[in-house]
Amino acid sequence: MPAPFAWIRAEPHGIHVAPADCWIDPSQPVERARVTHGHGDHARGGHGQTVATPATLAIMELRYATRDGATPVEYGETIRLPGGVEATYIPAGHVLGSAQILLEHAGERVIVTGDYKRRADPTCPPFEVTPCDVFITEATFGLPVFCHPPVGQEIAKLLKALRDHADRCVLVGAYALGKAQRLIAELRGAGHHEPIYLHGAMERMCRLYEEFGVDLGDLRLVSDHSKDDLRGAIVICPPGALNDRWSRRLPDPITAMASGWMRVRQRARQRNVELPLVISDHADWGELTRTIEDVNPAETWITHGREEALLRWCQLHQRRARALALAGYEDEDD
Amino acid sequence: MEEFAALVDALVYTRSRNEKLRLLADYLTRTPDPDRGWALAALTDCLSFPAVKSSTIRNLMMERVDPVLWVLSRDFVGDTAETASLLWPDAKGAVAPPPSVTEAVEALGRMTRMSVMSELPKLLDRLDANGRYALIKLATGGMRLGVSARLAKTAFAQAFAVAVEDVEEYWHGLQPPFAPLFAWAAEGAPPPRTEDLPVFRPFMLAHPLDDVTVDLEDYVAEWKWDGIRVQLVHAGGETRLYSRTGDDVSGSFPEMAGALSFPAVLDGELLVRGSHQGGEAGGAASFNALQQRLGRKAVSAKMLAEYPAFVRLYDVLILEGEDLRDLPWTERRARLEALMPRLPRERFDLSPVVEADHFEHLAEIRSRTRDEAIEGLMLKRKDSPYVAGRKTGLWYKWKRDPLLVDCVLMYAQRGNGKRSSFYSDYTFGCWDGDPDAGAELLPVGKAYFGFTDEELKQLDRHVRNHTTNRFGPVRETDRSLVFEVAFDSVHASKRHKSGLAMRFPRISRIRWDKPAEEADRIEALRALVKD
Ligand SMILES: [Zn+2]
Ligand SMILES: [Zn+2]
Repeated sequence: MPAPFAWIRAEPHGIHVAPADCWIDPSQPVERARVTHGHGDHARGGHGQTVATPATLAIMELRYATRDGATPVEYGETIRLPGGVEATYIPAGHVLGSAQILLEHAGERVIVTGDYKRRADPTCPPFEVTPCDVFITEATFGLPVFCHPPVGQEIAKLLKALRDHADRCVLVGAYALGKAQRLIAELRGAGHHEPIYLHGAMERMCRLYEEFGVDLGDLRLVSDHSKDDLRGAIVICPPGALNDRWSRRLPDPITAMASGWMRVRQRARQRNVELPLVISDHADWGELTRTIEDVNPAETWITHGREEALLRWCQLHQRRARALALAGYEDEDD
Repeated sequence: MEEFAALVDALVYTRSRNEKLRLLADYLTRTPDPDRGWALAALTDCLSFPAVKSSTIRNLMMERVDPVLWVLSRDFVGDTAETASLLWPDAKGAVAPPPSVTEAVEALGRMTRMSVMSELPKLLDRLDANGRYALIKLATGGMRLGVSARLAKTAFAQAFAVAVEDVEEYWHGLQPPFAPLFAWAAEGAPPPRTEDLPVFRPFMLAHPLDDVTVDLEDYVAEWKWDGIRVQLVHAGGETRLYSRTGDDVSGSFPEMAGALSFPAVLDGELLVRGSHQGGEAGGAASFNALQQRLGRKAVSAKMLAEYPAFVRLYDVLILEGEDLRDLPWTERRARLEALMPRLPRERFDLSPVVEADHFEHLAEIRSRTRDEAIEGLMLKRKDSPYVAGRKTGLWYKWKRDPLLVDCVLMYAQRGNGKRSSFYSDYTFGCWDGDPDAGAELLPVGKAYFGFTDEELKQLDRHVRNHTTNRFGPVRETDRSLVFEVAFDSVHASKRHKSGLAMRFPRISRIRWDKPAEEADRIEALRALVKD
């Protein structure tokens, strides 16, 4: 009898499912890829075949300008892969289209989470706790210092800054896929129905979200408006544009950034952020550890992020765990 | 404590001096006594709680958090206070409401090495993460919020619409929480009494003499000596020596502390004996010799013998209970001259008046001066009272070498080769307007020579102790140190934000004694542009 879980292996450039000869979130082009979600470090281009949710495929098409080999799979749908492997895509609550992939083979169940969070997000269905033997979890915010406050509290901070400075604008740096749209949806949910102004790089992704039924309200492009139009308004740009020449066209912006990293003062100061907003699409320490307890797997494998601390937590709680050394994943600006 | 924590947090993220002033002034006006006084003391690092150390915090955390998780977290966050504030477990069950700043300060003051491990947790349990951060920073010292004493005083003056010079004078004799200061500024009580205290009186300062000429009927000329401007105060049986920043430097110059034995406040230039800078009591050494004596806590007998200090007097402010500051310069000068015989000759001499028939004659005298250690000329209006700060038209300084500017250190970077472990490359800036009205610093140049190895060590230490931000190999400092920068010429440049580029800038002197607010403005540099 083969060793338990020998059919699934962590290789430096992704997770390999041997009987089906396919890869989960590979960081290099492969023949057969199964992709959890559309963020760049998970969804690379150039694969022969890509199986993912329709939204993830649409996001990849936006980025790589091709649908070649795209094979959609709905949440909850089970597909048969060669070699007696079944795969089921389950909501991960991370961004639009994000999925955990449940793999079943020879009576063993393995879940690859991709990225996930446990909090409510108006732009995607919530994470579903699914029993399994091996739980392969992310660990982006895998340190006990990370505790994301309730999103409403951060949105209130943003709206207060806006009210206090009627002649300025609040410029929020937010990751173009997921964070930006969630931020807009949360603002709408909090009753902010004013136009929100976008950096050009954000527009197409927002439109894609709307095509998938996420209402984002009145969105406008900064480039179509004068400085005066932007006074008292919220402007959203990719984090990289925050301190860039581009922002000179704005009326004395208050620099904000929506990211889980904003929990740490030095991180916020490094980016010259005046208004840090601790909003993340990743699980914080409490969510990571609670999820391991909820899923209660026989083994926990930990991927990209701060593996060491989560590994230590598993040890302290008598849980079998190991860290996978995967290459090519970055800390998302998230 | 929540309001204070919110202020600390806002200051952490605010880079503009103007906005810092606004935040501080706003806090001071809406916070009751004595909370605001304690807060002010905490922000300006005037409080010390010896029982609470960084190691205390670490030990407390070890009792509550797994040591491995603590180390991983501390390494990631990079700051013990912040890591502890984030990891402190929420209290179980009902807790008392957050303490006020006063309650926290009083409780911290009562703590001993024995009791701190049980008492500090009681305070931390009552606070959220931001409150814990503020409390730990307050308790362990070193807020590093870029709030200098000067900034705090300016904010205080702004909050209560009083003169910053008055704040400076009254502040000096008081202990936290500065109740009489708030009573005076906020409630109109009489100002705190300072006559019997050896407190610092703000200096009268000069404007640069740019394109102006003055009539020597109305103005008198004096040399501007190249030492350290000091104020010597004797009151209530004590003698103190204050630097330009109002720092008490008596400890570094014990021979001066013993030299004045009757109640007086004197203004002069601190010098060290040598062959330059002639005067009545003999010569003075160059500024470099004086540098040997600066910033030393303990002064050896050898130092005292090799580099004996003395003060070359410019002015007398107060004499035996009589405040002379409202008298015209000529009368103060007469009183000063009359006073000289009462002072020991080896410790004092009088800065002579430079005789000239007319302005052009004075210009000629100035240009003929070869003494390396004369900085230039001072022009003082004969009828001017002694007023704090810089009032237009009363005093002018006329520097000998026009290609010198005082800049503020902004960034430092590690050097190359044998200097790779030192922060030895410095970027400095000038003010783009009045710093007290919220002007910012604009970088004007970079220099990496002009200082000795010993000074490099001191500068490296300064950079490390005053870092407010890091960008890779570059450290941003709290903008508290002034460099006198020498350069060959300055040109207009589109590549620089300041619009100016200096040719061969070098550090000519490190002005440990000069407040950053008094560094030059960008106009001073712009006026030197030759293209
Ligand atoms: Zn992601
Ligand atoms: Zn990821």
